[in-house]
Amino acid sequence: MNTAASVGVVSPSRARFDAPLALRCGRTLPGFELVYETYGQLNADRSNAVLVCHALSGSHHLAGTYADQPDNPGWWDNLIGPGKPLDTNRFFVIGVNNLGGCYGSSGPQSVNPATGKPWGADFPFVTVEDWVDSQARLADHLGIERFAAVVGGSLGGMQAMNWAIQYPDRIAHAVVIASAPRLTAQNIAFNEVARQAILKDPDFHGGHYYEHGVVPARGLSQARMVGHITYLSDDSMDEKFGRRLRHGKPIYSYDVEFEVESYLRYQGEKFPGYFDANTYLLTTKALDYYDPAAGHGGDLTKALSVASADFLVVSFSTDWRFSPGRSKEIVNALVHSDKRVSYAEIDCHAGHDSFLLDDPLYHGVLRAYFDNIAG
Amino acid sequence: MAYQRYDYEVIASWIQPGERVLDLGCGDGSLLKYLGDVRQVRGYGVENEPDRMLASIRNGINVLQLDLEQGLAGIEDNAFDHVIMSLSLQAIHNTQGILAEMLRVGHEAVVSFPNFAYWRHRQSIINGRMPVSESLPHQWFNTPNVRFFTIADFEALCADEGIAIREGLAFDEGKVVVDEPNFMASVALYRLGRDR
Repeated sequence: MNTAASVGVVSPSRARFDAPLALRCGRTLPGFELVYETYGQLNADRSNAVLVCHALSGSHHLAGTYADQPDNPGWWDNLIGPGKPLDTNRFFVIGVNNLGGCYGSSGPQSVNPATGKPWGADFPFVTVEDWVDSQARLADHLGIERFAAVVGGSLGGMQAMNWAIQYPDRIAHAVVIASAPRLTAQNIAFNEVARQAILKDPDFHGGHYYEHGVVPARGLSQARMVGHITYLSDDSMDEKFGRRLRHGKPIYSYDVEFEVESYLRYQGEKFPGYFDANTYLLTTKALDYYDPAAGHGGDLTKALSVASADFLVVSFSTDWRFSPGRSKEIVNALVHSDKRVSYAEIDCHAGHDSFLLDDPLYHGVLRAYFDNIAG
Repeated sequence: MAYQRYDYEVIASWIQPGERVLDLGCGDGSLLKYLGDVRQVRGYGVENEPDRMLASIRNGINVLQLDLEQGLAGIEDNAFDHVIMSLSLQAIHNTQGILAEMLRVGHEAVVSFPNFAYWRHRQSIINGRMPVSESLPHQWFNTPNVRFFTIADFEALCADEGIAIREGLAFDEGKVVVDEPNFMASVALYRLGRDR
């Protein structure tokens, strides 16, 4: 039996890329920087690298803690570490903050070389495809010709899937968790409510709020509250909060009464303290635009036909943001294009957030899959 | 192990090298592994039970966790050369539905099942107890089986449903049974096609 441990104290690295990057929106970034973290050792033949792509509000900080923040483990610390399902004794694991992000990679908060001021809302729109291109530059920088696996949940899963489409020779396995091949109108509608909350905040200033010394905290909070509703299942919310009242009885007030209000307000209020509104806007648009089948007449099978990776697709029974049915669309397209694919539908109560939890079957599936990759 | 070697060998003999196959109720994936070794098949197992799905992943099998009671919606017609269901048909409620689905997504189907009319089973019933045997290893209160049928029942259903029996073999403890299979055989295997 493995004894799982933390990767311990980690620190991020930064890579600068001076070659211009042409983006899907038609604009070109003259150069850019990516902040990343690595765990474990790259082996001699550079065959054990695993790229982990983050979702909407994630970062490059996957596992371990920073020396000055011992209580802030990486967002996938339960999965990644020595003896854990994604075992850093065997794999060289890389987390990267996406382009347009707010954790140190080039994004709206960085300085636009043309103006000497922060990009703000002028930072170009970036897509999943652009992220994959920028991650490929990072792979070049680290001397990685081919990833043993690219892994991600939700929006991260879309990046893993697109790695297999954009760079079929550079990825051996794609692990696509709680994801979807494209957003539905309902998914886009939730994103639009979140964006409108930010865009209509008087402190938004057309996206140039940095110059005004403010942040659109109210809008960003509201966006986060909407998001959190979609991350949980009806059942898990009921289980967590039910109709419990803070004061035990109605007090006929708009102050916090129901526990679920307290939870949403707390999540909403702390979010602007660590996340940037322009990044939130950009990232939700990247989600909305994602549709690899669009260039193939809507045929996902055709879009995936170039892939040569083995796939693992995982969904969660109570996830209604990206339901099991959405994962099955990916699986069916892979089956029709004759790809190697396994699919697990995990019975977990926690909705979309399940992919961040350590359900034993879920982690068992990932452990077994990664064990086979390690050989 | 529910799977017997003779079951594997017969199934392999009905499959051409390099075929695309789908194995419904694939368990830990050992049949697919065997067919991969001896027939170089490509394909997928389907297994809804979590521990068995996990075992298939451990064994490096392409396994899809799907509920067969829901059919094979999403899989295209004629996507596979053979769709196999080894010793699982009796554990599915929607018998006609799954047989139709197998012959929709596959050119042919291969089905094996325990024969409830096997003489030892009959003897057990005559003695007043539900049969427990090599092919029916569970007690009545914990069996996963939900459909109880015989070789004669199955052949009658095939006739009713327009399913062509292309080949059939019956076994008693690994030995081929030629005479009176509905009495003498504990397990039957069929290669099925579409009549209409």
